[in-house]
Amino acid sequence: MEGNGAKPYDTTFPWLLEARARRSPETTAFRWKRYGVWRRFTWRDYYLMVRWAALGLYELGLGRGDVLAFIMGNRPAWPIYEVGAQSVGAATVGIYKDSLSDEVAYVLQASDARVVLVEGQEQLDRVLEVLDRTRVEKIIVDEAKGLHMYREKLGDLIMTFRDLLEAGRRLDRSEPGLYDKLTGDLSPEDPAGLFTTSGTTGRPKLAMLSHRNLLAMAYQLNQLDPVGEDWEYVSMLPPAWVGEQMMSIALHYVAGFRVNFPEKPETVWEDFREIAPHFLFAPPRVWERIAKDVMAKIEDSDPLKKAVYRASIAAGYAAAKRRLVPGRREPPAPWRLLRFLAYWAALRGILDKTGLKRVRRAYTGGAMLGEDYVLYMHALGVNLKQIYGQTEVAGIAVVHPDDDVRLDTVGKPLPETRVRIDPETGEILIKSPAVMKGYYRNPEATRKTLDPDGWLHTGDVGELTEDGHLVVHDRAKEILVLSDGTRVAPQVVQNKLKFSPYIAEAAIIGHGRPFLVALLNIDYATVSRWAERRRIPFSGYSDLSQKPEVLELLRREVARANRRLPPRLRVRRFASLFKEFHPDDGEMTRTRKLRRRVIEERYKGLIEAMYRGEEEYMLTVELRLEDGRRVKATRPVKILDAPE
Amino acid sequence: MFSAAKRHPTRKEVVGFDSWGRPGDSVPGLLELWEPSRRYAEKPRIAERSILIVEDVRVEFGGIVAVDGAGFRLEPGQILALIGPNGAGKTSLLNVVSGFYRPRRGHVIFMGRDITHLPPHKRARMGLARTFQHSELFMHMTVVENIMTGLEPWRRYSLLDAALWTEKARRWEEWARWKAEQVIDLLELHRYRDRVVEGLPPGIQKRVDLARALAQDPKVVLMDEPMAGLSREEKEDLARAIVEVNETQGVSFVLVEHDLEVVMDLCDYVVAMESGRVIAEGPPEAVARDPKVVEAYLGG
Repeated sequence: MEGNGAKPYDTTFPWLLEARARRSPETTAFRWKRYGVWRRFTWRDYYLMVRWAALGLYELGLGRGDVLAFIMGNRPAWPIYEVGAQSVGAATVGIYKDSLSDEVAYVLQASDARVVLVEGQEQLDRVLEVLDRTRVEKIIVDEAKGLHMYREKLGDLIMTFRDLLEAGRRLDRSEPGLYDKLTGDLSPEDPAGLFTTSGTTGRPKLAMLSHRNLLAMAYQLNQLDPVGEDWEYVSMLPPAWVGEQMMSIALHYVAGFRVNFPEKPETVWEDFREIAPHFLFAPPRVWERIAKDVMAKIEDSDPLKKAVYRASIAAGYAAAKRRLVPGRREPPAPWRLLRFLAYWAALRGILDKTGLKRVRRAYTGGAMLGEDYVLYMHALGVNLKQIYGQTEVAGIAVVHPDDDVRLDTVGKPLPETRVRIDPETGEILIKSPAVMKGYYRNPEATRKTLDPDGWLHTGDVGELTEDGHLVVHDRAKEILVLSDGTRVAPQVVQNKLKFSPYIAEAAIIGHGRPFLVALLNIDYATVSRWAERRRIPFSGYSDLSQKPEVLELLRREVARANRRLPPRLRVRRFASLFKEFHPDDGEMTRTRKLRRRVIEERYKGLIEAMYRGEEEYMLTVELRLEDGRRVKATRPVKILDAPE
Repeated sequence: MFSAAKRHPTRKEVVGFDSWGRPGDSVPGLLELWEPSRRYAEKPRIAERSILIVEDVRVEFGGIVAVDGAGFRLEPGQILALIGPNGAGKTSLLNVVSGFYRPRRGHVIFMGRDITHLPPHKRARMGLARTFQHSELFMHMTVVENIMTGLEPWRRYSLLDAALWTEKARRWEEWARWKAEQVIDLLELHRYRDRVVEGLPPGIQKRVDLARALAQDPKVVLMDEPMAGLSREEKEDLARAIVEVNETQGVSFVLVEHDLEVVMDLCDYVVAMESGRVIAEGPPEAVARDPKVVEAYLGG
């Protein structure tokens, strides 16, 4: 499988899996918490199940060139199905679990998928809703509960994952050489998966990544940050996202650690705490949430605890600042001692409670995490590193080495990755064996993104520092220009505002205007606790977001953020919205990046009022109620000036 | 300074923890973590004739006649509702069926056997389970522990076994835990598994009550006003669970219920009572239109 001179990543997932199964058959590959107990799967178990899944799919008539879809959460059926599909020469495409019917239909149509693996009844219903718009012939269900309601379709349209494995096992017995024959036809250049790109504008495209692409990325990452074979990882991010794919499959096969699949989405955090993984990769909102929750719990505790915490976190900050210096993996001795004391006084408890006690490396990516949050996590004692990448480059292109973590950059390119800045536009260009093959059935978009020399045009703007670090400013399309020509990367301002535990989202508006304004979403969890402590009555998000006391709180928080921004980037006026931005409304992507254009359009009236100097505006938006109904709500929104 | 997180198991426990898996976790054992579609293909029929026959029951408390010659037949796989205004005698009738009340007259025949004078725990062993209007759970115990108490009638080990924690006791406890986990999975109670019942919302407590009954692998479940005090969403969840058990295991249900919307949606057969007697019975739509029933509900 690996010729001489060929790179270690010139291989395929099924081949790697088989090699591991032969090398260490009894080693734990992954675990799944089922019926209250962590069930252990060895590499041999994994290999056999993939083999059977592959043959089951083969029997359904699937093979080379097919695309198989899945709408799954973090469950082992996902990788088994995926690598099974790859074994017969097919590729998979993941659909986010919370996708609406239209989104589901779009991906199924764009990929021409004939088979879908769904987690359970809810996803099954969504596929059935759009079935006649697609070419889907078979729906495989992982969690069979509720299938009695589809009796007429069982055996024909609908089957369970177990049915698939059993069919494969039978075929394996009658044709034992078949699987090897199928995998013998594979090539590292074959597409392994299609991935929807987040697309903050327009319809998502499907990036095609080959086995080689994904494995090249995993190998490079493992070279820089080796993962131990006995390390634990918890799979908890959407499998449709390339980041989760990278960790739970690509890196898993390369480094051989243990993946743990939680019992249910509702139990994820408990399961996470129970396992206490050694490394994790999470988007900014997860880190923001952890930090906010910790800060909120401190607020709620007694004066003594608060005092100890404050002292400890200050020590943590001091140590962190002295560690985040080029060439250092650790702070100098005196600050290590300080950190040690802080750890035992307070930080250990916090890390334990959040499940982060054993974390050796933590990555954040997908969007920029505010510097303040990064520093906070370091102060707590978490080795958090930014990564930069895109779906189109299999996830990660740039990451901080352990001895060169800096707050203001996203790191240095991976060992075989080259990064260049376009001198005219400032666009970041990447070249690496992990760069995608192209967009599925979209040669025009591919041509716009991949130039003839193989450089990927990322659409992001940034610069390289003297010592080889990359600084990302923002999506090129997102950069706004004030009326006086000042270029603003809204992310920078947004992140300063979002460091406040009370602010969940901040949309920065100002293109072509004299100054910046912000549309804020309060963080319901922290603000409601804050309001309860002050005995302010409220009846839900809408109500709370408009309370005069809350607006005053926001004014203070905006002022605090403004103090740390250069004058031209300060937010002059802001409003607190009574409706949160939501992917279902098109205001954000599924990975929670704000869609500025949509927001600017929808809140046009309010924005105009803000620039006209008005103090209030009657805003009409469509609200979604708890039971799914949509109603139009018109409420007054106050517009406040932010102190300079 | 922060109290440590709920003591979580050591790595050794996490890794080797497959008490009810087969040793070595071979693949056939793991396949059982997924269900085949054949399990859902047909509704199982667990008996050939009427599974429960209640005949001419009379219940008296001192001078008051609570039930005056009422009865019904329950077919296998049927979901039957007992409706009626307050004081109609529904709960009393149910209590006769489960064995808490002795009737002055009448018979209860379950699976072809006359159980009129059989004590409740023996009825449980035969496959007749019940839930309660106010859940009647052990408030200080966890959800899992409560569910396992449902298995008491089957406890096979002695006090001595318990004291010495013999293999017999261990095996039984493991079996009981496994059964409890299966029901927890069925009723989506995973996140509440180790929570003490006391703090839980009423909707969850009702599910725990039902879980306790289902852990006994019953043939018939008697439920006393299961929907009382639940939100719309909780009612839907509970109804879905009842249907799931009914369709996949063929379990029959007798529901004493006030919520007529639930009754119409969920039940196959309705028995309407008033002042201790049955005044109408039949499919839900028919009973709802019956003038005697309408009068009983609206009359006062």
